[in-house]
Amino acid sequence: MNETKYMNPYLAGFFLGLILLVTIFITGRGLGASGAVKSGVVAAVQVVTPAHTADTKFYKEYSEEHPGNPLKNWLVFEIIGVVIGAFISGLISNRLKLELEHSPKSTTKIRIAGALVGGALFGFGAQLGRGCTSGAALSGMAVLSTGGLITMMAIFGGAYAFAYFFRKMWI
Amino acid sequence: MGPLVPEVIGNELNFIVALFVGIAFGFILEQAGFSTSKKLVGLFYGYDFTVLRVFFTAGLVAMIGVIAFDHWGLLDISLVYINPTFLWSALVGGLIMGLGFVVGGFCPGTSVCAAAIGKIDAMIFVAASFLGVFLFAEGYPLFENLYKAAPWGNVRVFDSLGMSQSLFAFLLTVVAVGAFWAVTLIENKVNGKSNPEFNSKPLYYGLTGLALIIALSAFALPERRQSLLSEVNDSRFVNGYALEAMDCDELAFDIMDKDKNLQIIDLRSQKDFNAMSLPNSTRFNLENLFEKDAHKLLTIKHKKNVFIADDEMLEKKAAVLASELGYSEIYYLKGGLKQFRNDILNFQQPGTASNQHERDTYRFRTNAAQVLPMLIQEYKLKMTASGSQQTKAKRVVGGC
Repeated sequence: MNETKYMNPYLAGFFLGLILLVTIFITGRGLGASGAVKSGVVAAVQVVTPAHTADTKFYKEYSEEHPGNPLKNWLVFEIIGVVIGAFISGLISNRLKLELEHSPKSTTKIRIAGALVGGALFGFGAQLGRGCTSGAALSGMAVLSTGGLITMMAIFGGAYAFAYFFRKMWI
Repeated sequence: MGPLVPEVIGNELNFIVALFVGIAFGFILEQAGFSTSKKLVGLFYGYDFTVLRVFFTAGLVAMIGVIAFDHWGLLDISLVYINPTFLWSALVGGLIMGLGFVVGGFCPGTSVCAAAIGKIDAMIFVAASFLGVFLFAEGYPLFENLYKAAPWGNVRVFDSLGMSQSLFAFLLTVVAVGAFWAVTLIENKVNGKSNPEFNSKPLYYGLTGLALIIALSAFALPERRQSLLSEVNDSRFVNGYALEAMDCDELAFDIMDKDKNLQIIDLRSQKDFNAMSLPNSTRFNLENLFEKDAHKLLTIKHKKNVFIADDEMLEKKAAVLASELGYSEIYYLKGGLKQFRNDILNFQQPGTASNQHERDTYRFRTNAAQVLPMLIQEYKLKMTASGSQQTKAKRVVGGC
């Protein structure tokens, strides 16, 4: 069986907007993703070296803002949901497949290196920018936050500015 | 009135909400095609603008929805998380994320989504993003100055630009619709053929028209608060408004009677309120009458809501505002607190009473002048003992 076609982007956007609106109405906050990664990192460091989290500024500030278990966090639950939701969607659209995807003009090695460096940069940038494409850009746009919109323009502007140098990886 | 957390939906139940929100979020991201890096980076090379279409449409729908909910009094925007603005970290962080986007082919949300359907490159991206956060955490002292530079607070973009919310919402919608049109042209040019999916012209003209009509209607929406506030500043309008008054004796009687249905809304400054406040009174001002705390208080059934202030005119303004916002059982204190002090708290009998009614009134007031100050004192001690005079709903803490 072939993969099903993707949803019309405007329809998908409309649904995504409704989900975000309902989320804001119920919880008073928007969507996010990188925050869950942060919770994961804090939890992992706490387990490995509890003493280190107790005397390092970043972790101290984190536990002041989020008392309790770092994994008992709204975004952690949300991201677990994202995994389930995406899996269901992949299942019904016949897109579940273990594969390493890369452009035909690129190689597996380059793709792995790109994913590693890109992921690390995104994780780092999302900390500095207080949120990623979901938490800062999309949710920031919904509530018209100045910072969210600046981050949004910087993400997409930056990506366009750097795109030329990495074109061999994609096209 | 939203947000429903924490009163209607408790903090524990909120985690279940998060799970379901996530399921819907992940499902739509995957259905939209965000689970493959080829489709995501297409945005930056001009061959596939799905990301822009989905992202902008979602942003507009949510933005217009939030503005409309706020306007209809369904959502108290002062309690909603507004991402705080730190100019330099937002800019530099955003640029680093942009670089990560073209190099890695994903952003955090989409990488989780792609990893869930088995994309190994996405799993690597997710693992590496943990590393990126870890590096930031460990090197935090080095970046802290940049991270905390230029704190502008929870500002909203139309305020930063000095325009009205409606104008900004309208402009953003026009820009988005223009972008939808332009990127389709670019896409067709880059791919050398047109995508049949975007060829059904009448449908898209219809949608464009609808989007612009909705955008135009934004001008009609957020004016309500402003227009109400300017209406109540017109004293002729306020004086011509049918309002119910409560006189000083009745208020004094209800307080002494410990009437459970009496709610006093004090409009004076915090300082005056702290110096002397009537038992079971709550402090509000004209601005925060629009907010959720006021909504909660004024929608309790079978209550008499009495607005008090030194000046009767201010009480009337607030009473008009409350009536216009749809609240019932609204009263203002006749003569204001000035008269209440004069007639009740500092009552001096002006000579002998000439009839039975005056005699009763004088007797009541003499008694009230003794009892009420004690009740006020008692209430003050009780409040100081319990720590807080008033719990105010707080802005939700959100963000990544």
